Amino acid sequence: MRVAIIDESGPRASIIKEGLATLPGCEIFVVTQRSGLIARMAEIEPDIVFMDLGNPSRDVLEEYFSVSRALDRPIAMFVDESDDASIAASIDAGVSAYVVDGLSAKRIQPLLQTTIQRFQAYARLETELAEAQNKLAERDIVDRAKRILMTSKGVTEPQAYAELRQKAMSSNRRIIDIADAVVTAHDLMGDAS
Amino acid sequence: MTDRLRIGFLPLVDACLPILAHEHGFAEDERLELTFNRDVSWATVLDRLLYGHSDAAHMLAPLAIAASLGRGRPAQPLAAPFVLGLNGNAITVSNALADMLGTDGELGGPIKLGERLKEVAIQRRNAGRPLRFGVVHRYSSHNYMLRYWLARCGIKPDADVEIVTVAPPFSADAMDAGEIDCSCVGEPWNSIAVEKGVGQIVLATAQIWRRGVEKVLALREERLEEIQPAVEGLIRAMRRAGEHFVDPENWDTNAAILARPEYCDAPHQLVRRAISDRLVLIQGKAAREYPDFMFQYHEAANFPWVSQAEWLYSQLVRWDGMEYDAAKAKAAAKVFRPDVYRSALKDTGDPLPTANSKVEGSVSEALEASVQGGTILLENNTFFDGESFDPDLLESYINSQK
Repeated sequence: MRVAIIDESGPRASIIKEGLATLPGCEIFVVTQRSGLIARMAEIEPDIVFMDLGNPSRDVLEEYFSVSRALDRPIAMFVDESDDASIAASIDAGVSAYVVDGLSAKRIQPLLQTTIQRFQAYARLETELAEAQNKLAERDIVDRAKRILMTSKGVTEPQAYAELRQKAMSSNRRIIDIADAVVTAHDLMGDAS
Repeated sequence: MTDRLRIGFLPLVDACLPILAHEHGFAEDERLELTFNRDVSWATVLDRLLYGHSDAAHMLAPLAIAASLGRGRPAQPLAAPFVLGLNGNAITVSNALADMLGTDGELGGPIKLGERLKEVAIQRRNAGRPLRFGVVHRYSSHNYMLRYWLARCGIKPDADVEIVTVAPPFSADAMDAGEIDCSCVGEPWNSIAVEKGVGQIVLATAQIWRRGVEKVLALREERLEEIQPAVEGLIRAMRRAGEHFVDPENWDTNAAILARPEYCDAPHQLVRRAISDRLVLIQGKAAREYPDFMFQYHEAANFPWVSQAEWLYSQLVRWDGMEYDAAKAKAAAKVFRPDVYRSALKDTGDPLPTANSKVEGSVSEALEASVQGGTILLENNTFFDGESFDPDLLESYINSQK
């Protein structure tokens, strides 16, 4: 079975490819370039195409499929018109699948399941990465706020942190919000502070 | 209690009414909280609507009908209780093609321009390098208006030229790369091609059909039944947004809102051109006023005339190579829901047409039309070739276009 993965995100495409490679009988093609997409499809002649929902070329691909019906290679959206649960699951995961008519659901399901799982795993990784970056950025702001307090009030680092913490508790806000306010105020005041 | 509605849209100026209903608090006045799903392909806007990520969506009117008839996806009946606007698209040609056409920055009429285009198109076809046109979607008014115009000018859309799908944000780049010679796309994407110096605007779709139906607010029919009171609130909020949108006093404010990254993510000045009906046709030249370029409010523009749905069905049959089918025609007509529009606005004093259908393209001079409790003035709504579409004669209209 010839499987095309169209994804402008190279890392995600690799993760999907790696997952599908464990399934028997799959020849996998990864397309990350937007230009020349249709020509690539004609070369690959895929039985199944996976494409992420955020890909701006989806309408172009669907147009190609609707025209290619005339070439006797009909391609239907998704696995099976009646298999609404799979479709909903793939949309939730952020991936669309196009399948040549007549391929049995038994052959397609494992591919679709794997792709959905890989999409979800990638989304989790992205969320974790964003959270980690966010935490780093927050720590940086708290550090800056502490240094500002240490310089302007002549307190030690633990004292500066205690002041931020106390202010946060008394005003029912998070420490990062207080730190952010301190840094912003300091930037606004410039050298004057 | 506040209802929450999730609305899908593509970054185009004509997604303006739900956005402005939210930004100016008109939705809040109806106890609605709107959230937005911004996507970059119609396929994804449609999928999110069909599988419940959105309650309602900014959608190409022909796509709402195609989806209801099961073209390209399993059939799912959609409902369009509100037309988001008429026209607002333009035809842009590459600099090279503009030179061949000799358009020199005037919005030439569709007939004169069509004659020149035909000569070039036939030459190119005979040379084995047919002109390529980019449209935003197979089931779009862009595709249907372009084809209507070409066919009437003696250019066979599927034989003399090539028409391909190009996502709006890449239209200018595709033209620059020589992948297409001409595009039919909504704003701000024509103006972006002009500003990049890759093409010139030569025609507005309003010159092909002065009151051509463009985007609709679409919902799954089933979902509409579940949440109709909230949808009616949204309709009232969007009518107020429309009134705000067309007032020149508000053009700057609204252009600034729509230009923001979470909406169109486009330069403020380009968005302002579209909403003020003033287009720069060639890079560096002064803006020219084009009346009715976008038409979002007056003359009950948002009323979903069943005859508009039927015209779109006639074009779907025409260009998908289908035969007229009475049951399908009925299913297509049913997508447009004037009953919901009326129910939403019945006590607001907003003019409500008394009929559900009209003869499209029949008004060449201002005409008074009866509405509940009075009349409104309908201005020119003609097709450029002077033809009109009588929905009672749908089948013979389709046959006459074969």
